Amino acid sequence: MYGFILRRIGQSVVVLGIVSILVFSMMRWIPGDPIVIMLGDEYSPEAHQRLRTELGLDKPLVVQYLIWIRNVLSGDFGYSYINHTPVSTLLYDAFLPTLSLVIGTLIVGILIALPSGVLAAVKRDSPLDYGSMGFAIVGYSMPSFWKGILLIWLFAVTLRWFPTMGYVHPWENLGEGLWRLALPSITLGTFFAGLVARITRSSLLEVLQQDYIKAATAKGVRRLPIVYKHALRNALIPVVTVIGLQFGTLLGGAVLTETVFNIPGMGRLTVMAIFNREYQVVQGAVLVGVVFVIVVNLMVDIAYAFLNPKIRY
Amino acid sequence: MQLPRETLLEVKNLCIDFRTEAGEVRAVDNISFTIQRGEIVGLVGESGAGKSLTSEAILRLIPCPPGRLSGTILYKGMDILTLKESQLAKIRGKEIAMVFQNPISSLNPVFRIGAQLLEAMALHVPEKKAALQEKVVAMLQRVGIPAARTRMHDYPHQFSGGMSQRAMIAMGISCTPSLLIADEPTTALDVTIQAQILALIRHLASEMGTAVLLVSHDLGIISQMCNRVLVMYAGKIVEEAAMATIFHAPAHPYTRGLMASLPQIEQQSERLESIPGMMPGLHDIPSGCRFHPRCTLGDDACAQDEPQLRQLGEQHWVACHKTNAKCEMRNAE
Amino acid sequence: MARSTDIPEIVPTQVAQPVARWENTRLLWRRFQHNRGAMFGLGIFVLMVVTATLAPLLAPYDPLEQNYLEAMQGPSAKHWLGTDSFGRDMLSRIIYGARIALIVGVLAVGLAMVVGVTLGLISGYYGGIIDTIIMRIMDGLFAFPILILAIALMAILGLGLRNVILAVAVGYIAPFARVTRGDVLAAKEETYIEAARLTGVSNVAIIFRHILPNVLAPIIVQGALRVSAAIITEAGLSFLGLGPPPPTPVWGSMISEGRNFLVIAPHISTYPGLALMLTVIGLNLFGDGLRDTFDPRLRK
Repeated sequence: MYGFILRRIGQSVVVLGIVSILVFSMMRWIPGDPIVIMLGDEYSPEAHQRLRTELGLDKPLVVQYLIWIRNVLSGDFGYSYINHTPVSTLLYDAFLPTLSLVIGTLIVGILIALPSGVLAAVKRDSPLDYGSMGFAIVGYSMPSFWKGILLIWLFAVTLRWFPTMGYVHPWENLGEGLWRLALPSITLGTFFAGLVARITRSSLLEVLQQDYIKAATAKGVRRLPIVYKHALRNALIPVVTVIGLQFGTLLGGAVLTETVFNIPGMGRLTVMAIFNREYQVVQGAVLVGVVFVIVVNLMVDIAYAFLNPKIRY
Repeated sequence: MQLPRETLLEVKNLCIDFRTEAGEVRAVDNISFTIQRGEIVGLVGESGAGKSLTSEAILRLIPCPPGRLSGTILYKGMDILTLKESQLAKIRGKEIAMVFQNPISSLNPVFRIGAQLLEAMALHVPEKKAALQEKVVAMLQRVGIPAARTRMHDYPHQFSGGMSQRAMIAMGISCTPSLLIADEPTTALDVTIQAQILALIRHLASEMGTAVLLVSHDLGIISQMCNRVLVMYAGKIVEEAAMATIFHAPAHPYTRGLMASLPQIEQQSERLESIPGMMPGLHDIPSGCRFHPRCTLGDDACAQDEPQLRQLGEQHWVACHKTNAKCEMRNAE
Repeated sequence: MARSTDIPEIVPTQVAQPVARWENTRLLWRRFQHNRGAMFGLGIFVLMVVTATLAPLLAPYDPLEQNYLEAMQGPSAKHWLGTDSFGRDMLSRIIYGARIALIVGVLAVGLAMVVGVTLGLISGYYGGIIDTIIMRIMDGLFAFPILILAIALMAILGLGLRNVILAVAVGYIAPFARVTRGDVLAAKEETYIEAARLTGVSNVAIIFRHILPNVLAPIIVQGALRVSAAIITEAGLSFLGLGPPPPTPVWGSMISEGRNFLVIAPHISTYPGLALMLTVIGLNLFGDGLRDTFDPRLRK
């Protein structure tokens, strides 16, 4: 097992390296001279030359890349002239709300997806099966931003059960924080649940066909324990993998949901930075986002190694 | 070990149907047989003849729908087909146990071997876990698994095919069932291991007085183990007889064909004998006798009337119109 | 021992007859028909294609025509789906929006397919260093959530319809490359490939004439499924303001516009949203249906 984990960590490092190269080069392809953009009104040929040397833009590309990597690893993502703060501060402030949203989404999503997927598989071809799979399809087909708007209109504007937008850190004020996170989490959570419910159902169906389930029944195990003890443990293993794989999609959806609910997260930060032409911010945000996805995937794979005895031993 | 003759299992007019895309199909057609206490009965036939289905039907392991079971399966007087699930669960594993063809895939990959065995016992024997643990070790030792105390903590993928089958057998006999159903127990194993497993089953059965229903397509295995044989073809039983009778005086042309195709080590022959043709699929059952298209004795009568089982001798039943004719295939020795 | 010496004729009763190509397609079509969801999806797809192609004929008004006097009206006889904040007819805008959605979806996926499949073919067939390099880059690309990648690319490329197609396409190259490569690796082992190589067929010819047709089926299924994903991605981009610039009628930006008027004129967001949702559900069902048709084991 440790070999497996080490190999996965190695792979992740390689992927991280490639991603960093991609992100770095993407930002270099932006048309227009970044220095001109950054200086804005304060432009002058001397300032241009000074900033150019200061930012190291006169050095060869590879060296620039390495300098950038070194800076990133020590937490220096550059400086935002518009906000007058280091980019790292902006990123940190924006990351936490996004993280809260992601956690809320995962909780809501899994709470919906697992029971409905299991029920759908156990009561296969029944109205319950078609019903919950129908909901699942609608869940992930409905564009999350529109769903958010609909939920706002229904629950916030019409029923006034929840606020329309805004964000509070749950750790600063649990009640208020959760209340504000409710609608966004439901918006993104139902999307996530749609994906996971389907895979849970098909995974469980496949497990229930296996020989060892028949053998367990022949031993005298009753219907209920067959499902939740014998089958589920096996069925959830591929589901965990899928959750990891879909995490990237989840993050993409978070970007949109943040915009709808005005949550000051990474998504909103990135979009605003694009319009403000603050490319260092965009670069930093994209890098952090992708690193987040890679790390989560790695953790999921490690969890998989623990869950699957074939890898553990 | 002389046991009182007592009918353990009585199968009467069992039919197994399946709903398929092409309509309902009858996989097992009206079969009846009994198993007495302590005897070893063989159920022989080609792949697809319905023997595995029959064995699974006894414990109602066939998902219905799409399957449908009709008829009667009496175990010690109770009709298994009408029992409630709670009552059925008490019989499974305790009164009737089953060993399957593929031992490694019959074990749950995420649970340790010892735990699975423990579960098998805990379901039926109301004892403390510690006591059961000891029994598990004893059971594993009894079926010949070396270093049982350490190996019971292994996962199924760490066991070889032969060892897994031994573990499955251990699970099967752990609650001293009256009947052990072994569905192709050695088919997935190496030939060298086959003999060991068969010997194990035979030994345990005689020691515990357990009756065995041995399902196989391999006549060689059947001949080593069984007192009595049922021959199945295309969903029906075509012959039923004591082992010796099947060996020396098979009556049904299909049985004769099967016996003739067994290569004999003492004989000099240039080519292997075989029965021409293939067993019909469930959608193409021939009219009349199901075997008649492949039978050298078949005539128009065979194509029209389906033969019923008729008693030919003591404990010898055959379903054939031509049982008294000699066919061109190998004569009885 | 009496035994006739003529060779026993082996008469298999169930020989797999080689099925004529078109009969195979008929069989697949019939299986597809049974799947009600898939038929619904096909219907939606056809509806979309028809709407998109005949947009100029179907739309009652010019989607760009503004009329402040009739702004923000709900559905009426004159404007079946009402008007937006600029007085433009919603129905016409939605119809033209279908056109753009379909164009972006199909072109983006098509582009991604061409590039991705080619990379997968090369990577899988030649193996070695080329394979490693290509696949590592694909791994890197794959790590990006599609929307985030598209957003970053839009930042670089700037706004505009063509750039939207490119930005969406790049995200789907990696999945196509991976799937193709896997299938190519499997197909490469087949004996007929080895035979072709021995007879002197060039590598390129082998790739395109022998391997490609065999790996095409699952790729097409993937493609169908991805079109709906591409449409959602494009809608997301437009919603964020990174899509085709206004006043182009795009569902995503229409939904975004409607947000400000949620209380007084909810229809401005709702109708495009419904259109988007129906399209995506339909295409998803269609893609699922295709997948189930080619491999029914997965569903039942």
